[in-house]
Amino acid sequence: MDTIYFLVQQMMFFSIPLLIVALGGMFSERSGVVNIALEGIMVAGAFSSIMFISKMQDVMSGQWLLILAILVAVVSGMLFSLLHAYAAINLRSDQTISGTALNLIAPASAVYLARVMQPNGVQQIQFTNTFRIAKVPVLGDIPVLGPLLFQNSYITTYIGFAIFIVSAIVLYKTRFGLRLRACGEHPQAADSVGINVYRMRYAGVLISGALAGLGGLVYVIPTSTNFNATVAGYGFLALAVLIFGQWKPLRILMAAFFFGLMKTIASSYSGVSWLQNLGIPSDIYKMVPFIATLVVLAFTSKKSQAPKASGVPYDKGAR
Amino acid sequence: MHKIKKGLSAASPSIMAIVAGLLAGFIILLISNPVSAMRGLATILLGGWNNGMKGLGQVLYYATSIILTGLSVGFAFKTGMFNIGASGQLMVGGFVSVYVGAMWTFLPGHLHWMVALLMGMLAGMCWGMLVGILKALLNVNEVITAIMLNYIAMYGINFIIKNSPLHDRLRNQTINVAANAVIPKAGLDNIFYVLKGRFHDASSVNGGILIAVLFAVLVYILINKTTFGYELKACGYNQHASRYAGINEKKAIISSMAIAGALSGVAGALMYLAPPTGMHIHVAEVLAPEGFNGIAVALLGMSNPIGIVFTGLFIAHITVGGGYLQSLKYMKEVIDVIIGLIIYFSAFSLLMRDVMRSIGKRRSKKALEGEGKGAKR
Repeated sequence: MDTIYFLVQQMMFFSIPLLIVALGGMFSERSGVVNIALEGIMVAGAFSSIMFISKMQDVMSGQWLLILAILVAVVSGMLFSLLHAYAAINLRSDQTISGTALNLIAPASAVYLARVMQPNGVQQIQFTNTFRIAKVPVLGDIPVLGPLLFQNSYITTYIGFAIFIVSAIVLYKTRFGLRLRACGEHPQAADSVGINVYRMRYAGVLISGALAGLGGLVYVIPTSTNFNATVAGYGFLALAVLIFGQWKPLRILMAAFFFGLMKTIASSYSGVSWLQNLGIPSDIYKMVPFIATLVVLAFTSKKSQAPKASGVPYDKGAR
Repeated sequence: MHKIKKGLSAASPSIMAIVAGLLAGFIILLISNPVSAMRGLATILLGGWNNGMKGLGQVLYYATSIILTGLSVGFAFKTGMFNIGASGQLMVGGFVSVYVGAMWTFLPGHLHWMVALLMGMLAGMCWGMLVGILKALLNVNEVITAIMLNYIAMYGINFIIKNSPLHDRLRNQTINVAANAVIPKAGLDNIFYVLKGRFHDASSVNGGILIAVLFAVLVYILINKTTFGYELKACGYNQHASRYAGINEKKAIISSMAIAGALSGVAGALMYLAPPTGMHIHVAEVLAPEGFNGIAVALLGMSNPIGIVFTGLFIAHITVGGGYLQSLKYMKEVIDVIIGLIIYFSAFSLLMRDVMRSIGKRRSKKALEGEGKGAKR
């Protein structure tokens, strides 16, 4: 039983950032803007918030510092995604080009800024992890559920679940969500009934920026004690989760957990005796999440439900 | 002459983007250390020239791999596919050619490196073709497949190297390839060197750059002068229309990705079929950056094979120049920021060209109308 608790706790560290970032990508793509810049935005969010923690940790620590860092990550992610929004929406440029540009700019600037801002020109930003919650009071004592969800966790896990619930409601149960989806499916029709397509698409990209920036921080905090200008391809994996999840919140949640579970097995099989005893080399375990995703996609992609106008710049004058 | 003019006007958005990107880079230099900003910019612009002929040789050497990955990405773009998997294809191609280069020592003389190169190309081709097959037959998004295959290639190659006689345990990398399997210098080491006393300090450039340019020409001919290339392009413009015209769009997607993969495979082979002092495949969990730089090269070259040769050379030029920035106490990473900004601005400048064109059209239309009126009178 302890093994299962351990695996689930580990799984959260991998799944939650994927969930948050993929949900962000969902808002962008549902509004009609392909966002392959998720990786770059994650790096931007992680960089600014980890830098914030690193500079502020002498003054404060614990959950309040983390909450402030979350705000920093969200705001910096939004600001950075504005670059993509402006190119993709106002300038109607190729969304792949500006997304690729952001993916190039973010890690390079993160290294550059880290080396300029830190003594001795060090590239890694160190921080002390004071954010782990050993046991949530009251909830942590619930049998089974307590150890699964409320022990050895981070506040970000609960924020992730909250974001999931809010996203699902916003997308399906609000006027905003309906309009957003309309802009991703048929922007001309949306425009003809008085929806401002540009504004909706800006909203979509900015939400994705906020969530991807947050996802960057959420990824780094439990898995490392320094930030080295990379989020290890998690932005791209989130893109895979988004497509695997068919642009729908609930399926994205399941896809994120599927991928997170695979990743957990890959990274912590040595802590589980029966997995260790199988004698499979670590590199093979590490390949499993990617192969599994490919296989699942091969079986499920025939009927892809991508937003129809995703990736197509909206041109008011076009017909 | 007319052709050159046409080429220049096609390149103008990229040139504008480069100027804007360099200006932005200059501003970054100004902010981080205003005193030597001018010298910093000069160092970047001088590129390889900072170290004479040897530096130029380094530019050519670095350009070799990114021209090929640029061709790979650009070729896939022509068929409407985004090949973000150049990195994995490069690793697979590089690994197979290192295997052949180190193990198949029965091959005599020049045949050895040729076979190694060819096998690397075939391996890259298979890896790229997987993307095409999944896309054409099962409708799997090519971006996702390519990303997954990048990681599978990385972990898979690490695993195979560690469990094969190719592993140099001391340095945790692949062993040296046989002397016959090293890409020949093709006399370039006698051009690109600096003198240190009486000793020729040659650059790492080899015949690979000639092979890369040759492939650019081949790709140009394939795209522009053959029916096959026309079919691929047609699929890129409109899949449904080309199916209606009798083109097998599934075959087009698969063969386009296969060729893109082959080009990246060649890049990997040329990188790793290197002398003992040159590059080896490290057992590390890092995706080959040359694959991603290829995206930048292809975008800036607007997927035109000849354009890609020039943008590959340019990006290599400023990257090598960036290496010399350290003597001015600047971080060389500023170059990567500049390259990113150039790509970002290139998204703008395409639009600017359209705007300028429509203004130009309006003007010539007005002029025509004016003439018409004149004639009536």
